[in-house]
Amino acid sequence: MTGTYSHAPGFIAGSRPKIVTSRFEYQDSYTLERYLATDGYQGLRAALSRPATDIHEDVKNATILGRGGAGFPAGTKWGLTPQGVFPKYLVVNGDESEPGTYKDRLLMERDPHQLIEGCLIACYAAGLSQCFLYIRGEMAVAQERVATALNEAYAAGYVGRNVLGSSFSVDIVLHWGAGAYVVGEETALIESLEGNRGMPRLKPPFFPAAIGLYGQPTIVNNVETLANLPWLLRNGAEAYTAIGTKTSPGTRMVAVSGHVKRPGVFEIINGTTTFRDLIYGEEFCGGILGDRELKAFVPGGGSAPWFTADQLDLPFEASQIGPAGSMLGSGAVMVMDETTDIPAAALTLTRFYAHESCGKCTPCREGGTWLERILSRIVDGKGTPADLEQLIEVGTSICPGDFPHASNEKLGLSAVPFPYKMNTICFVGPSAYAPVNSALVLFREEFEAKITRRNMIPVGAAL
Amino acid sequence: MTTTEENIDVASPPPDPNAVSIVLNGRQVAARKGEFIIAAADREGEYIPRFCYHSRMSSVGMCRQCMVEVEGPRGPMMVVSCMTPVAEGQIVRTDTDQVKRAQEGMIELLLANHPLDCPVCDKGGECPLQDQAFSHGPGESRFIEEKRHFEKPIAISELVLLDRERCILCDRCTRFADEVAGDPLIHFISRGNNTQVQTFPDEPFSSYFSGNTVQICPVGALTAKPYRFKARPWDLEKSESTCTTCAVGCRITVESSRDELVRYQGVDSDPVNHGWLCDKGRFAFESVKSDDRLELPLVRTADGLQATSWSSALTLAGSLISEAIAADGPSSVAIIGGARGTNEDAFAWASLGRALGIESMSAQLADGLPDSVFSYPQATIDDAASASTVILLAPDLKEELPILYLRIRDAASKRRSSLIEFTPRLTGLTDYAWKSVGVEPGNLPAAVASTLSESDVAQRVASGSVVVLVGRSNLAEQDVFTMAALDQIMASIPSATVLPVLRRGNVRGAVQAGLSGASTVDILQRAADGKVNCLILLGSDPISDVPDSSLVRRALAGVQHIIAVDTLLHASTRDASIVFPAAAFAEKDGTTTNVEGRVTQLARKVTNRGTARPDWMVALELADALNIDLAMGSVSEVHDHLVRTVPTFATATRSALAANPDGVVMAHAHHRHSPVLAPTIPERSGFGYRLVVSRTLYDAGHVVAESPSLAPLAPSATVHMHPLDLARLGAVEGAHVKVASSKTSIVIPVHSDERVLRGTVWASWNQSGPNIGELIDASQLVTDVSVENL
Repeated sequence: MTGTYSHAPGFIAGSRPKIVTSRFEYQDSYTLERYLATDGYQGLRAALSRPATDIHEDVKNATILGRGGAGFPAGTKWGLTPQGVFPKYLVVNGDESEPGTYKDRLLMERDPHQLIEGCLIACYAAGLSQCFLYIRGEMAVAQERVATALNEAYAAGYVGRNVLGSSFSVDIVLHWGAGAYVVGEETALIESLEGNRGMPRLKPPFFPAAIGLYGQPTIVNNVETLANLPWLLRNGAEAYTAIGTKTSPGTRMVAVSGHVKRPGVFEIINGTTTFRDLIYGEEFCGGILGDRELKAFVPGGGSAPWFTADQLDLPFEASQIGPAGSMLGSGAVMVMDETTDIPAAALTLTRFYAHESCGKCTPCREGGTWLERILSRIVDGKGTPADLEQLIEVGTSICPGDFPHASNEKLGLSAVPFPYKMNTICFVGPSAYAPVNSALVLFREEFEAKITRRNMIPVGAAL
Repeated sequence: MTTTEENIDVASPPPDPNAVSIVLNGRQVAARKGEFIIAAADREGEYIPRFCYHSRMSSVGMCRQCMVEVEGPRGPMMVVSCMTPVAEGQIVRTDTDQVKRAQEGMIELLLANHPLDCPVCDKGGECPLQDQAFSHGPGESRFIEEKRHFEKPIAISELVLLDRERCILCDRCTRFADEVAGDPLIHFISRGNNTQVQTFPDEPFSSYFSGNTVQICPVGALTAKPYRFKARPWDLEKSESTCTTCAVGCRITVESSRDELVRYQGVDSDPVNHGWLCDKGRFAFESVKSDDRLELPLVRTADGLQATSWSSALTLAGSLISEAIAADGPSSVAIIGGARGTNEDAFAWASLGRALGIESMSAQLADGLPDSVFSYPQATIDDAASASTVILLAPDLKEELPILYLRIRDAASKRRSSLIEFTPRLTGLTDYAWKSVGVEPGNLPAAVASTLSESDVAQRVASGSVVVLVGRSNLAEQDVFTMAALDQIMASIPSATVLPVLRRGNVRGAVQAGLSGASTVDILQRAADGKVNCLILLGSDPISDVPDSSLVRRALAGVQHIIAVDTLLHASTRDASIVFPAAAFAEKDGTTTNVEGRVTQLARKVTNRGTARPDWMVALELADALNIDLAMGSVSEVHDHLVRTVPTFATATRSALAANPDGVVMAHAHHRHSPVLAPTIPERSGFGYRLVVSRTLYDAGHVVAESPSLAPLAPSATVHMHPLDLARLGAVEGAHVKVASSKTSIVIPVHSDERVLRGTVWASWNQSGPNIGELIDASQLVTDVSVENL
């Protein structure tokens, strides 16, 4: 398999800048041979020829925003570990499981060497002595390809003792998850790596950068974040920041699913590409399936509050999405057209989060399931008018105060900005409420319709 | 130059580097750096509701009930007060609408799947969930869905049952098992709404500390078999007391309902038990209620022991004693025991003994150490738990002094202390030890000498305070080796202090109060030689306690009369001439002394069984019968007399004890004595193996045997050998082998045990089945045995 694809998963031919998907067109993109033939490990060589602090400085200047969901700049994160502590670890979060998100999977399946090179550069620049690559349990192909690539990289001297003859040594350890969504949360991932139940740790007081894996300072980075590093090292921070905007430079991968003509993963320009470009643009999704009307879309993974057509012209720029009432999150857009049954769609998402709650803290464990139970009653036509208030009450017990939502011109609704406040340890609990809140605020009449039908049954009638 | 008072420069005290000032509900409040908001608020009387938080365990922030508002850079933030440390100038509010909404919401969520079966729940009436649902809850539930269902209850151990429907998943029991007890045998399984506490398959929660999980459970999910459905909390009468099952001296509340003991609960005594109890101590109340308790004095007639009146029994006892003294002098009377009673019991008997001129008194049963162990510079439990190095010349603390084990384990597992352990068999602390030295019987002085000369050990002990825990780790070996090893340590580390870890309830108090002067082995030897006419047994059963059974048999046969004061009949009292029924724990007032010399008050909670009387009263009445005036008539007079006449008790006045529920540590008299020299290690006889005998928590002793819940937990008599030794012998696990010493041989099952050193055979003392005591000769330095595969 040495041919090329014109349209492979995650790759569409075109002249747009490609930072992380540049090899996706090759059918053998995951082999060391192809990787070396396409500038592979040149970023690492470039890095090793300069002092580590320089590389760290480059990454800081490039402002690579974390692609896992929180969007924290990677260079800044690396600087948070205490000085003079040994060992420090890099943990690569490959437990991608946010509903709608499948960009890291493609990066691991189709270009594993790029990820490994990124890990090596990060370890070198941030002074980390060991890397743990945690891959989600269900991703069998990714596991196999990363493992094969790692063996190749070890054999070729890119990983291990004295990388490429330099004084820099690092080991990369692979670890397969066991299939829990919450392990995508960095502290739960660390717990899972340590062999414990995957339950998040409360932070503060301690963030992983101070006390992480095995009690040592630990940097947890997303797969896509690290995959940017080889290109950055080859082309320099200036070339990187030339793409996108000042606050959101570079590109980012977005996975689109739902009612669009061409779902898939696309590498878009950070900060400038808009949702309209993505959903309707010919080089991306090409419009709504059957040319129907857009009803709503989720801009950043299943846990993000929903947007409607009002927000289509917003760009992929965190500083604009937050005030508009949602988040860019993990880079997953889910599109719902006019035929979508909104309460059922909310139930689907909420059921996922209720099921994936780790059970550690009360609001998520009890509240998530309670939301799911009420919603499924409503969807089954057995709801009561009090249920709608109850949904909001349970949500308020999970997230105090007003929950973020988008504006809606039709309803005369103005946006409540992101982020929310939490009574929970991590984001799983609020994530269970996010679809409920969005659906209720933006499409309350659909819930009422389902409940009214129930109320038409005369009181006392034999059921 | 003259100095006037005005000129004296009174230096203001240096500012406390750990002091932090926070604003709590608008009030300026002092706090300690590093503590959590909830702890600071507790001290200030601002109660923040909580379920998972426990001051003796690490915080996990799971239940989310203790949310409060803290002023942050972006306005008030909701934080969990159990995991948010205080900071200078921090503004905390526990009473805003947002806080109330969060707390009410959390209670509603916790109650959503809770069965609300309070009317039939043991916890109802003392339930943190119930109480806080009233104080911080919304008042009613809006949850109309079907609740979560589990099979209920399931037994997770012999003693503890779990109702998963009531459980609110606060992680207290699981955290306790892992963090405090070191027995991580229960954990969460499943996920989300189906999360439940469970044991591992086929592995019960068989921890010595399982009862604590019942006490700290904030709902009625965990119940203990001995208390289930026995009482309602509002019917309980409670008094604070001290557990005397072993010598740690854990503070407890003794709780009764309708004049019947139903429960002991741990009290958080900072210097001693931190609120924890072992299961043996916690459930020992069942033995007080035993049907075998004596109710009337017994005297021997032609038809055996017959019940009689106190006056005739006392008259008879008086005449037996005076006849013995008249015939052969006071040396023909001896007293063994007293360590199971109160300080007052021991002092009254010691006073009577002294008045009669009796010198043969011993509160130890040849299974401890010489009384001189109390004359070394003494350490407290806190000293040991905070020492930079702890040297253990001790038996397995987990088996003998379980709560002391928890304290030392805590210090070692949190790396405050380094443990250097010398032991003939791996112990519960071995996993936490910085250095664990396996020592064959007889080798202790040599092993200590060579270990102390190692450079890293020398460096370690020089780096900070050193506390030596010294006890009897092998009953089949004379105590001289331990004492010689202790003297070696004291010679090379002069600043070291000593915590004698003798296990029997009030052994230290009894010895200090005067029941000392002879060794039990010497008394028994004299009795066997026919030189003791009258032997007085104070709550002691030498047959099951003294590690030389044939010596005890010969001694009991050699005396003319045995006078016993005990709660029940046992092997050593069956041939007694007179048995006085004694009041048991919780049936008498007084004080007790723990392993570190801490004197605390005991409480009388229930009426004596039958006509049983406390030991001190028997002593005083016997003095009357003997026409001796001891000038004491009540327990407080006995106590006052003790405080006045025995210097070590001088600080333990009644007012001092009343003011300090945690007790008063007695004044120690240290004096130097010539060091014990290590005897030459005897050559191994042709028998092949050296015998190690030590105790396990559950045994055939009457506390366990008379407690229906505990009795099944005692293992039966077996010997344990290292798997390689067992293989060499050709025996299989559980097979019967013949174990022979120079005295006799017994046939006993053998088990493979990697904790046993090669070349040794280990056996648990005082178990039902073949008597290991038959093999031991108290006059021999060590016991060598042969093992033959049958």
